[in-house]
Amino acid sequence: MIKMRSILGAFSFAVLAAATSPALAEGDPAQGETLFRPCRACHMIGEGAVHRVGPHLNGIVDRAIGMAPGYAFSDVLAAAGAEGRVWTEGSLDRYMAGPADYFPGTRMVFRGVRSETDRQHLIAYMLAAGGRSEAGAQIAETAIDPEIAAILDIAGDVAYGEYLSSECTACHRDAGGSDIPSIRGLAPSVFIAGMVAYRNGTREHQVMNTVARRLGDEELAALAAYFADAK
Amino acid sequence: MTINRRVFLGTSVALTASLAAPMIARAQATPRVVVVGGGSGGATAARYIARDGAGAIDVTLIEPQRVYHTCYFGNLYLGGFFNYDDLGHTYKGLASNYGVNVVHDWAVGVDRDAKTVTLASGASVAYDKLVLSPGIDFIDGSVPGWSVSAQSRMPHAYKGGTQVELLRAQIAAMPQGGVFAMVAPPNPYRCPPGPYERISMVAHYLRQNNPTAKILLVDPKETFSKQGLFQDGWERHYSGMITRIGPDMGGAVVEVDPAAMTVSIDGVAEKVDVCNVIPGQRAGQIAFAAGITDGNWAPVSAYDMTSKVDADITVLGDAAAQGAMPKSGFSANSQAKVAANAIVSALTGSRAFPARYSNTCWSLLDTDDGIKVGATYEASADGIVAVDNFVSQVGEAADVRAATYRESLDWYKAITSDMFV
Repeated sequence: MIKMRSILGAFSFAVLAAATSPALAEGDPAQGETLFRPCRACHMIGEGAVHRVGPHLNGIVDRAIGMAPGYAFSDVLAAAGAEGRVWTEGSLDRYMAGPADYFPGTRMVFRGVRSETDRQHLIAYMLAAGGRSEAGAQIAETAIDPEIAAILDIAGDVAYGEYLSSECTACHRDAGGSDIPSIRGLAPSVFIAGMVAYRNGTREHQVMNTVARRLGDEELAALAAYFADAK
Repeated sequence: MTINRRVFLGTSVALTASLAAPMIARAQATPRVVVVGGGSGGATAARYIARDGAGAIDVTLIEPQRVYHTCYFGNLYLGGFFNYDDLGHTYKGLASNYGVNVVHDWAVGVDRDAKTVTLASGASVAYDKLVLSPGIDFIDGSVPGWSVSAQSRMPHAYKGGTQVELLRAQIAAMPQGGVFAMVAPPNPYRCPPGPYERISMVAHYLRQNNPTAKILLVDPKETFSKQGLFQDGWERHYSGMITRIGPDMGGAVVEVDPAAMTVSIDGVAEKVDVCNVIPGQRAGQIAFAAGITDGNWAPVSAYDMTSKVDADITVLGDAAAQGAMPKSGFSANSQAKVAANAIVSALTGSRAFPARYSNTCWSLLDTDDGIKVGATYEASADGIVAVDNFVSQVGEAADVRAATYRESLDWYKAITSDMFV
């Protein structure tokens, strides 16, 4: 492990991809499954996985970065994919250690997994549960969650959304905080997926669950339309 | 009237005057909103009405202080978690970003027939819609022996600013092993968890600087906000330091002597070193001057926060009797946005949307141990009523409590931006 750490700190992705194989043997999918529980607030993996707040993670290892169809990725991830970069065990490890440090501008609101061992367990679990992407054999893209799709189909009332947004701005600054993120400029699919998860309770936060529970589909569509355009 | 407007505009900052100049030219045609009080309710209302009015409404904010210090987070300053200067906010953003006419003066009277507000300087300001957000004043005789003239000996520190600084200095000057006393207020009062968060923060300070000191909390109420959470936190962090005297032990029969620095509980005098007296409260004086109060508060419609006495007057925040919402800065900010939508709609014909309110009150128990309580609300004929609510739980994991505290820091930046930026 000690050796791994120094390698991770020093070498490029190409080297990492090759070097991580021995370490993967140390990753325990069972422990990874336990560690993955909080990730489920935003990410699905395995049979029937669809995009939620975050993209589904089937075939995440060796998958092109920021390219999974049907998900609105941040510019930085989409650009990385356009350059041909893929999620190797090494780049996943770096990303999970601190998403915003590795890809500044990512919409993934997560501080990171500090323990390298834990990250290896997580990668082992994601490989076990979601498989590895292979050229031409990517797991078939699944449709967007029907509840989210129905809200995305509503033409959001921007003026209503602006009024409703005043409830959000008591806590969400445009500039964002260290723990309460900016929500201005979010893609509607991302905003709606997040709020539906709070409304259903699949993503837990006392304040957000309470706020979301009284927002109907019309309200979510209005807010999504307003925040998507808000400068 | 035009002359009066020019006179007081001339007293405000130069930047405001220059930005407001186009408004003077069309003042007769432009509807006028006057907001009294630049706290969470008034500053938010002024900002949203000016922003959403987009030049079609002339907004004047009357606030005596040039720098507003929030009452909330004042306790964190007492505990050493927040800088005093970071509690202060100016009105420059409202003036320069939204063209609000900021007038630093006291509003002393309201002529509801003439629809004018009288200022301490003698000027008179006309309004089409008046927003009163004056916060609280204290009820005379609420705590026998205490009056506002004793507030330098026994600070209330329950309005932001110098009183909080004074209390902090008195706590710092306590002798080793001394006694800090608080006389807690009866319901209803501003910021229900506030006195108990203050106890926590004073205990935190004393544990570090004066560990043999004692805290005496004299409370006229049987129960208080987040009581189980506070008492659990006090036991875990400050065991043996805090004694609460509730009404069953004489906490409602209290008298103070500021000259002798004593607190008498049910006739037994205790010598104390610092005495924080938080008296019973009522709406700020201007609500009484306007003649829109019933008892200690100003009753309002839950649908748009307009006074039940005068539909051209809106009352926000602590001063309003609105129903189920606690008197808090968060509540006032929430109410102000509903009221702003209603006022802009009434004056310009823009769309009006149904009232919806929310509140969250965070409190800090000790380092990285934050708790919260909150609810969503809607309007009814019987007042504002709760829709849904949440509260922190005893026994939550340390990382949950730490995240709650960090979120409160983000909230502070967000709400003060929502008011002033």
